[in-house]
Amino acid sequence: MSDCHGCSVATLPPPPIPTRRHIVAIVGPPNSGKSTLFNRLTGLRQKVANFPGVTVEHRMGKVKVEGGREVFAIDLPGVYSLEPRTEDERVTHDVLLGQMKDLPKPDAVLLIMDSTNLARHLVLAAPVLSLGLPTLVILNMADDLSRRGGGVDVAELSMQLGSPVALVSASRGEGFDKVFQFLAGTTQAAPRTAPLMQLPVIQDIPKCRAWAANVGTKGKYQAPAPPHWTRRLDAVFLHPVAGPLIFLVVVIALFQSIFFWAKPVMDLVQAAITSLGSWIGSLIPNPTLHSLVVDGVFNGVGSVVVFLPQILLLFLFIGILEDSGYLARAALIADRTMARFGLQGKSFIPLLSAYACAVPAIMATRTIENKRDRIATILIAPFMTCSARLPVYTLMIAAFIPDRRLLGIFLSMRAGVLLGLYVLGFLAAIFTARLLKSTVLKSNRSSFMLEMPPYRWPTFRSLGLRLVDRSKVFLRRAGTVILAVAIVIWVLAHLPVHNGQPPEIGQSIVGTIGHAVEPAIKPLGFNWKIGIGLITSLAAREVIVGTLGTIYGIEDPSAKSEGLQHALQQDLTLGGAVALLVFFAFAMQCMSTIAVVRRETGGWRWPIIQFAYMTGMAYACAFLVNQAITAWF
Amino acid sequence: MAVKKARQAKHNPLPNPGAANLMELRHGESGILDRLDLPDDDARRLMELGFLPGHAITPGHSAPGGDPRVFRVDGSEVALRRETAKKLILRQTSTEPAPRAAAKVS
Repeated sequence: MSDCHGCSVATLPPPPIPTRRHIVAIVGPPNSGKSTLFNRLTGLRQKVANFPGVTVEHRMGKVKVEGGREVFAIDLPGVYSLEPRTEDERVTHDVLLGQMKDLPKPDAVLLIMDSTNLARHLVLAAPVLSLGLPTLVILNMADDLSRRGGGVDVAELSMQLGSPVALVSASRGEGFDKVFQFLAGTTQAAPRTAPLMQLPVIQDIPKCRAWAANVGTKGKYQAPAPPHWTRRLDAVFLHPVAGPLIFLVVVIALFQSIFFWAKPVMDLVQAAITSLGSWIGSLIPNPTLHSLVVDGVFNGVGSVVVFLPQILLLFLFIGILEDSGYLARAALIADRTMARFGLQGKSFIPLLSAYACAVPAIMATRTIENKRDRIATILIAPFMTCSARLPVYTLMIAAFIPDRRLLGIFLSMRAGVLLGLYVLGFLAAIFTARLLKSTVLKSNRSSFMLEMPPYRWPTFRSLGLRLVDRSKVFLRRAGTVILAVAIVIWVLAHLPVHNGQPPEIGQSIVGTIGHAVEPAIKPLGFNWKIGIGLITSLAAREVIVGTLGTIYGIEDPSAKSEGLQHALQQDLTLGGAVALLVFFAFAMQCMSTIAVVRRETGGWRWPIIQFAYMTGMAYACAFLVNQAITAWF
Repeated sequence: MAVKKARQAKHNPLPNPGAANLMELRHGESGILDRLDLPDDDARRLMELGFLPGHAITPGHSAPGGDPRVFRVDGSEVALRRETAKKLILRQTSTEPAPRAAAKVS
């Protein structure tokens, strides 16, 4: 603490007001609570960004410090060392050394480590402190440390390291005075004293570990007792019999709940959109403009926005699984099964998050060291049923599948079909993985090393931030791509104008395009309207729902929320409906995914192969399904 | 299988100087790591996770079927597959003193 006070006294007179923004890099090993700290410091004032030329994503945010000034915080990837071997390590290394393009060398570093595992985490302190940047060493999880009977002499440790040290609990927000004091100090010349413990000259792991042990001993570090709760929970979650059962229950509960718990909220949102649409519609006297707003915009965008609650619920579940530490156990349980398909347990985590969205999932494959395993995981991730498929599935299921019980109170027929579609995507994924790993991506059985973090309560703060983040992405897309598509479709459906009258929709430009593609999709049981939907859904899967909402809305202006389901029932056969579900289960209808695959695999080769493969498979399977159902019924 | 013979886990695991590698350690036993017979990249990664020569290692829970298994080392728990664990060779003689780094911590 003395260091910080010393600096503010020593820097009289005050320096000129800085014109350049001050940058603080947050560095730490994985599982040290880096993200929690970053969220605590920046709150909602953060955004995700990419460094130019690399795939590593990082978050940047503003931190308000004393006197209304602002400091920019960068959350760097979790690393154990600064040797630039993996991409994560290279980015951290380059940023800290000021070698990253478009980013000045940081003014200061927040080095965060888990205080319950200090001796091991201190290993990273040696290379970071050697950089000579003003550094605050943050010992996180202070509450856990003291509860489990551990302790550390902060002042002594600070002397040994030659840098200020703060003992905090990022999840509870305790001990942050010192962090903010330090951040306020970074806008001035920050202090550094010579460390009492000479930093290791050769920084290999054993040397750094030995140095860390000495620093820990000098800093009177008392390691805490083992995490008893984690041991007890693992005895249940990793039990040979109970473990896999719990795993299955968790997965089934996840799907059951996104279908049922979200329903009341979705009905509410639906009602709100419908009444907002008709209220705004009543204010517009011009019939053409009225039609554009009500049929085009509200039917189009509204039918997609309805699915926000469902998508948020899915992200909430995955967030809880990840933050609590259960996901690492699930990866452990899944490893043997994944190995059978040529993959490994680490692929399980990206594949599970692909149920929410393939884009972050594909980014998450960076934790897989083996390149071939990683490419295989990237290629199969879009088969997992992402949340953008939910609007399509929910709509078609509600329209064509009767609401009957299948297994007593456990599973309704609709939830069963939904679960079936999830399984279908999963089967396609493992089939493809098998195919890839036994041909083009053949490799030796790769190693699997995964750290099991202690179980922790997920915090409302970090879960909340995830949901806010997700809502922003979803609504931004609804407000841009889907809105634009809805307007374009509406306009094209009203052209060409004959004698001042818009044409019958079948004769409009949309109708003409639709009829042109109809021969190609007729064998799948789709009509020209679905064809238009398929074209627009190349942008993003859920766009088809908006497009159909607009087209059917124009066709029958009295159609409201229930109307789209009703109109589809009239217009599509059962075979066509099921074929559409199958088509969406397999097809890669998502520009964002194509873009991220190109970036992560470093070229167009894999995304082109992937797109062709998935679309071909979707077409073939939809064709077979439609023909089979039509023949049977 | 080892699981059946597993003893009740104690807070202080018993050293088993006879075990040649990690796979030979049973529940409740511990061994001192001697070397990592693995390619450089894998060895480095494991060392970063705490598998340094001289450190004590104790097996923990495992996935159904016993593979992969969690190992406790240097305050962390890390899951390894059987084929990796076999390549982590334990120190055979308990007379050799452990390096200071390992002895003082945790």
